[in-house]
Amino acid sequence: MARDRNRTDKPGKGVTRRGFLGTVGAGAVAAVTGLPRPGEAVPEITEPKGMVETALSINGRMHRLLVEPRWTLLFVLREQMGITGTKIGCARGECGACTVLMDGSPRYACMTLALEAQGHEITTVEGLMDGEELGDVQQAFVEEDAFQCGYCTAGQVVAAQGLLAANPSPTVDEIRAGMAGNLCRCGAYVHIFRAVERAAKGRGKGGGR
Amino acid sequence: MTRRDSYWAEGPLPETPSPQSSPAPWGTTRVVGTRRPRIDAYERVSGTAVYPSDVVLPGMLYGAILRCPHAHALVKRVDASRAEGMPGVRAVMTGRSKVADLDWPYSRRDHSKLFDPHCRHEGEAVAAVAADTPQQAADALRAIQVDYEVLPFVADERDAVAAGAPKIRDGGNLAGEPEVSERGDVAKGFAEADVVLERSYRCAYEIHAPMECHGCVARWDGNRLTVWESTQGVFRIQATLAGMLHLPLTDVRVIGHYMGGGFGSKLQAGKYTVIASLLARVTARPVKLFLSRQETMLCVGNRPGAEIRLKAGVKKDGTLTAFELSSLTSPGAYEVGAGLLDWLARDLYTCPNVRTESRVAFINAGPARPMRAPGHPQGAWALEQMIDELAEAIQMDPVELRLRNVPKVSQARGGKPYTSTGLARCLEEGAKAFGWSEARKKQQQNGRYRRGVGSAACLWIAGGGGPPSTVIVKLFADGSVNLNMGASDIGTGTKSVMAMVVSEELGVNPDQIRVENADTATTQFATPSGGSKTVPTESPAVRDAAIAVKKQLLALVAEEKGWDPADLELDGQAVVSRTDPQRRLPFAEISRLQRQRVIVGVGYRGPNPEDAVVNPFAAQFCEVEVDTNTGEVRVLRFLGAHDSGRVLNRLTYDNQVFGGITMGIGFGLTEERVLDRRQTGKMLNANLHSYRMPTALDVPADMVSLPIELGDTECNTTGAKGLGEPVTIPTAAAIANAVHDAVGVRVTDTPITPSRLIGLLAVAHKEG
Ligand code: FES
Ligand code: FES
Repeated sequence: MARDRNRTDKPGKGVTRRGFLGTVGAGAVAAVTGLPRPGEAVPEITEPKGMVETALSINGRMHRLLVEPRWTLLFVLREQMGITGTKIGCARGECGACTVLMDGSPRYACMTLALEAQGHEITTVEGLMDGEELGDVQQAFVEEDAFQCGYCTAGQVVAAQGLLAANPSPTVDEIRAGMAGNLCRCGAYVHIFRAVERAAKGRGKGGGR
Repeated sequence: MTRRDSYWAEGPLPETPSPQSSPAPWGTTRVVGTRRPRIDAYERVSGTAVYPSDVVLPGMLYGAILRCPHAHALVKRVDASRAEGMPGVRAVMTGRSKVADLDWPYSRRDHSKLFDPHCRHEGEAVAAVAADTPQQAADALRAIQVDYEVLPFVADERDAVAAGAPKIRDGGNLAGEPEVSERGDVAKGFAEADVVLERSYRCAYEIHAPMECHGCVARWDGNRLTVWESTQGVFRIQATLAGMLHLPLTDVRVIGHYMGGGFGSKLQAGKYTVIASLLARVTARPVKLFLSRQETMLCVGNRPGAEIRLKAGVKKDGTLTAFELSSLTSPGAYEVGAGLLDWLARDLYTCPNVRTESRVAFINAGPARPMRAPGHPQGAWALEQMIDELAEAIQMDPVELRLRNVPKVSQARGGKPYTSTGLARCLEEGAKAFGWSEARKKQQQNGRYRRGVGSAACLWIAGGGGPPSTVIVKLFADGSVNLNMGASDIGTGTKSVMAMVVSEELGVNPDQIRVENADTATTQFATPSGGSKTVPTESPAVRDAAIAVKKQLLALVAEEKGWDPADLELDGQAVVSRTDPQRRLPFAEISRLQRQRVIVGVGYRGPNPEDAVVNPFAAQFCEVEVDTNTGEVRVLRFLGAHDSGRVLNRLTYDNQVFGGITMGIGFGLTEERVLDRRQTGKMLNANLHSYRMPTALDVPADMVSLPIELGDTECNTTGAKGLGEPVTIPTAAAIANAVHDAVGVRVTDTPITPSRLIGLLAVAHKEG
């Protein structure tokens, strides 16, 4: 089954995306549901406590930035730095559109504070390119038509990259499990499986990067 | 809007001139029909495609909407004073703001205010803010104090029509009189039948949930407005904005080059589109307003659920004698359309006596929007399970029963013929490729895991497309091409398919064709992409434009060289003679072309045949495994046999088939909007964790697409019919039939969750 990207457990013995939230319990889920409940007191307004200086390593390049402590890595990437390949689908760890690699492992950028990313190597879909050339996983996605609208695709490609790094020749069931943290509403899963298989085969022949 | 026209444009449509060519159908094709990666695949996998939610402009603010937390309430007082003074907040807008005092058209027949004090569903807009960051905007929303008078609510259409139900609309809870359709005499039909069955079915409400949330970025330059919107149809958005803001169409530019899925929920503008534009106006800054996932699940569309009662009669020889169907459904609190539940019962199988009665009731829930084949998957859920049961009752194979009742004409349209119908071949060839008869003859199973197979068929009421459409093709001096069309590519591969059509006519490699689309300022008018009508609408216009280019080019060469134009054709990057191999003129040597630098061809979409109906048809087959200890259903394999006319790109075609099946698996097994029917009326699973869409673990890797091509020469000049809707219509019913085959239990309610199935198994066990 899928593992939640943002658990610190070793990959493989995790729980599913759904299972993880389930175990956290209804209270935690309700707390992030957004709309105020009837009769709920007006919350205290937190003035931003000023900006914090940080340095993030993104796609092999150091960026020095001022961030609010509450800003997520996803927000900083997309809205502050304009690195918009990484997408936003839910902002609460449920869809995988925001998947990036943190030190080579897939991780939901919406569930990672920018400050947490400090000291780690962050790779986004842009970081899988070689100049203007597509990386091997990206190329496999092109050839197998492993997307439709393409909105989940950056997350899928990055997740596949992470999967293949951990398991260079996955079986179809391992691919299904490895990709289960990334929703695709267009339903391109079958082609995604084929793309990951193709990329794995290409690497087996020494074609990968 | 009538219940039936939800997928069609509202308001006046431009008429386009007749096409200039009436080309013969293609014979053998070089490019069309092959498997080709998309021409914009690079942008989509590299992250360079700019989706509307990616747009970041200098000085841009972030908008957010305060939404009513109650299912039904009156806004008594809004106090935004505290929010106004908060850090980063640039504008606060409520129902009392002068600029926001606008009527919001939910449809042609129903409207509310943009910020309506009477909130008829959870999530209705109450106020809005714009701030420097989205976090500050969220803080400001929390600081707005609203006093609500909470009203009694109705969260289920069955409650809406019950005696003593709270009245949620002045005219009562029913949206008009029941719609009745009738042919023949059902009483007589039932009297003639050897077997009559009557069953109730229920379908849950589904949410579209495209991966890109709804939203836009709005920017003003003086009195000109530019909006980047995640939409299926930029011209529809333009018309709504121009109408509401009293702007000339030319001053409203809507751009939607890429968009992250819609499935019908992005055919129209949202309140958020207007709110973002107003916020941008009052702040004189660009404003980005994207809804949260939760907001999208409450406010911007759903597939109406339904109660369906179906009575059917059949003779022992498999002749269907009568259908009687009554349905009750809800579009939410406004009249936005919720219909077509009965269309398949009226049109899919030969049956002389049919009566349907459709009731639509209001409930306190977000407005429905057309969702991939409105009404059809629900209708198939009932009809296709019923066909299976009838077949069992007369001891006939269900595929055979369907085959015996394949109609030649559209009975629901007074007997008009179809331009082509591949229903019989979808059933026959699909069954053969699936190994249907062998799979049905399986051994008696006693273990914990039981396997079964199921099938279901469908047609889709539309899928023929039609005018208007205008397309421009430009051939440059070096032989490369620009294709300019207004249609959005919503993920179906429209751009790539159209490039292949151009390539077929002009002999240019599709990779040398760039497509410019979905921009009201720079591309031609197109209706929104949806309803499986984009390919059949646009591809004939594209072909016409390409032929216009070709004709000019050949005439030019004929004149230059004194050759007979009728003897010339295009081959590679050259004009060649059909008869004289010596006559060959590469583009680079056509001096007029080299001086002129470009040849422009304009193409139009001609009308569909008047006396025939263009519909796609399909049959799907699947195998499932049921865990009788847990009630879990695992889908093992699927086959979709589809008659959608000519296949233009086999790769994107197959992808569409698998995607539709995947969505259908969600409808059948996992998806359900849950409203708190008794206590609050609120949605309990407005998130992607508890609203369960299929994941990679829920779909089988073993899916097969089997195109059935009959060579329809009548429907239009490319022979293509729509594909996007039929692929998801029969899926859930096929699964239900397979579950029945596996464990002998009929699941009449979607979704077939483990708890539902284990409960039914327990009952069956007890009774058995
Ligand atoms: S946006 Fe991060 S998981 Fe959905
Ligand atoms: S390609 Fe559209 S969501 Fe995956």
